[in-house]
Amino acid sequence: MSTLLYDHPGPRARRRNLILTAVFGIGLLAVLWYIYARFEEKDQWAAEKWQPFTTAKVWTQFILPALWATVSAALIAMVLSLAFGLIFAVARLSERRWIGVPAGAVIEFCRAVPLLLMMFFLFYGVPFLTQAPFPAFWAVVIGLTLYNGSVLAEAFRAGIRAVPRGQSEAAYAVGMRKNQVMQYILVPQAARAMLPVIVSQLVVLLKDTALGYIIAYPELLQRVGNELTANYGNVVAAAIVLAVIYIIMNSALTLFAGWLDRRTRRTAGRATTRAATGVTDVGTGA
Amino acid sequence: MHVFTDPTNLQAYLDSFLWILKLTGASAVLALLWGVLLAAMRVSPIPVLRAFGTAWVNLFRNTPLTLIIFFCYFGLFVNLGASLSDDLELNNFWLGVVGLAAYTSAFVCEAIRSGINTVPVGQAEAARAIGLTFSQTLRLIILPQAARAVVAPLGSILIALTKNSTIVGTIGLLEASNVMKQLINDNGDAVIPIFLVFAGTFVLLLVPTGYVFGWLAKRLAVKR
Repeated sequence: MSTLLYDHPGPRARRRNLILTAVFGIGLLAVLWYIYARFEEKDQWAAEKWQPFTTAKVWTQFILPALWATVSAALIAMVLSLAFGLIFAVARLSERRWIGVPAGAVIEFCRAVPLLLMMFFLFYGVPFLTQAPFPAFWAVVIGLTLYNGSVLAEAFRAGIRAVPRGQSEAAYAVGMRKNQVMQYILVPQAARAMLPVIVSQLVVLLKDTALGYIIAYPELLQRVGNELTANYGNVVAAAIVLAVIYIIMNSALTLFAGWLDRRTRRTAGRATTRAATGVTDVGTGA
Repeated sequence: MHVFTDPTNLQAYLDSFLWILKLTGASAVLALLWGVLLAAMRVSPIPVLRAFGTAWVNLFRNTPLTLIIFFCYFGLFVNLGASLSDDLELNNFWLGVVGLAAYTSAFVCEAIRSGINTVPVGQAEAARAIGLTFSQTLRLIILPQAARAVVAPLGSILIALTKNSTIVGTIGLLEASNVMKQLINDNGDAVIPIFLVFAGTFVLLLVPTGYVFGWLAKRLAVKR
């Protein structure tokens, strides 16, 4: 926090804060106790509901394969959506209208259509057209790529436009072609400046793999939340375990981003600031 | 277009988007109120509230919405017996709203917190200097100024929320994605028109919303 909204507490404020701390602390404990009691009442703490998660069989048969399905879909979609984003960002910035306008239309379309609608179309609709089943894995990956790719395209585009004009002018002055200016001057600086934005979109992508559950792609939620709990009747326990797994994965990705951010900041000065780029689309939960 | 000239299909299509609008409206109000409260907690002088706000944001921002909605239905309702309405459809609706609002409020909180950061330090210092308390400083000085800076991010959050409300389809509510799936399964010969109508409706709803919020954000921006 750069703005501190309250003074350093004096004796009265300290006393008041202490009282408020106690009041809210007790209130919070009461809520937690209520949840605990509710769980107890519905027998959710029973050992047989939690014990499966300590057995090797559950991990090797359910959690680890499902984790791999989630991670592999996420990794492939990440690579593809970065490529998609880069290509469409450059295309939208093209001076040739017949490239720029269609690219812009694709981006706007993919950003406005819910990911689930896209996956349903791929998974349920395309088989009617091709007369062959559409693999759930590719429905997930392609859906994630189109959506996150177009969000990333807007991020890249904002980043490219925020690179100071002098950079490209200098590049043209030393005789670079338009492609070279884009490739060697603008894109690397834009990518570095937009790194935090890119990573928060990748977190969104990783979370959105859970949509695969709806089209029966055997990822974490499908295998653990649906299939495992069918055997043990422990949905609540499974959901809590799953949430922990997702939070650990996403926190790791965020930490990695922070590390990368500090590293690139050290080795090269930022040409642009994030505030100047005006990207607001990212990190909004979709 | 024969699919949408059939009155039952047309009605299903219209109802499905009505659900989307209802889900979005109800969860937007709840998420905005709760998100502002969370942001206030996160900047408050009371450590318990700060910790609670931080925990909420980290918990819900890093959990997939699908899992949250899944938990709302199978956890809260089926296993813990938390029913929100006797009508099955309305019950699913409100369970979905709870999930959407819990998830979205984390993003609203973070948007508002970064909006608070755009208010110059001098404003808070001056407020404290004339003896305003924390809640006065926040309510009278900081939040009104921060609000102007967060119009654009809140617009994006609203758009994301509208799209996310399709996920409530997982728990059986007949919203747009579910109805589209049904129509596709019943009319294999008109897959592309069906998709284009549903996707096009979202485009028509959301692209103008984006422009309106962009325009508002520019209009309301504080010139510093």
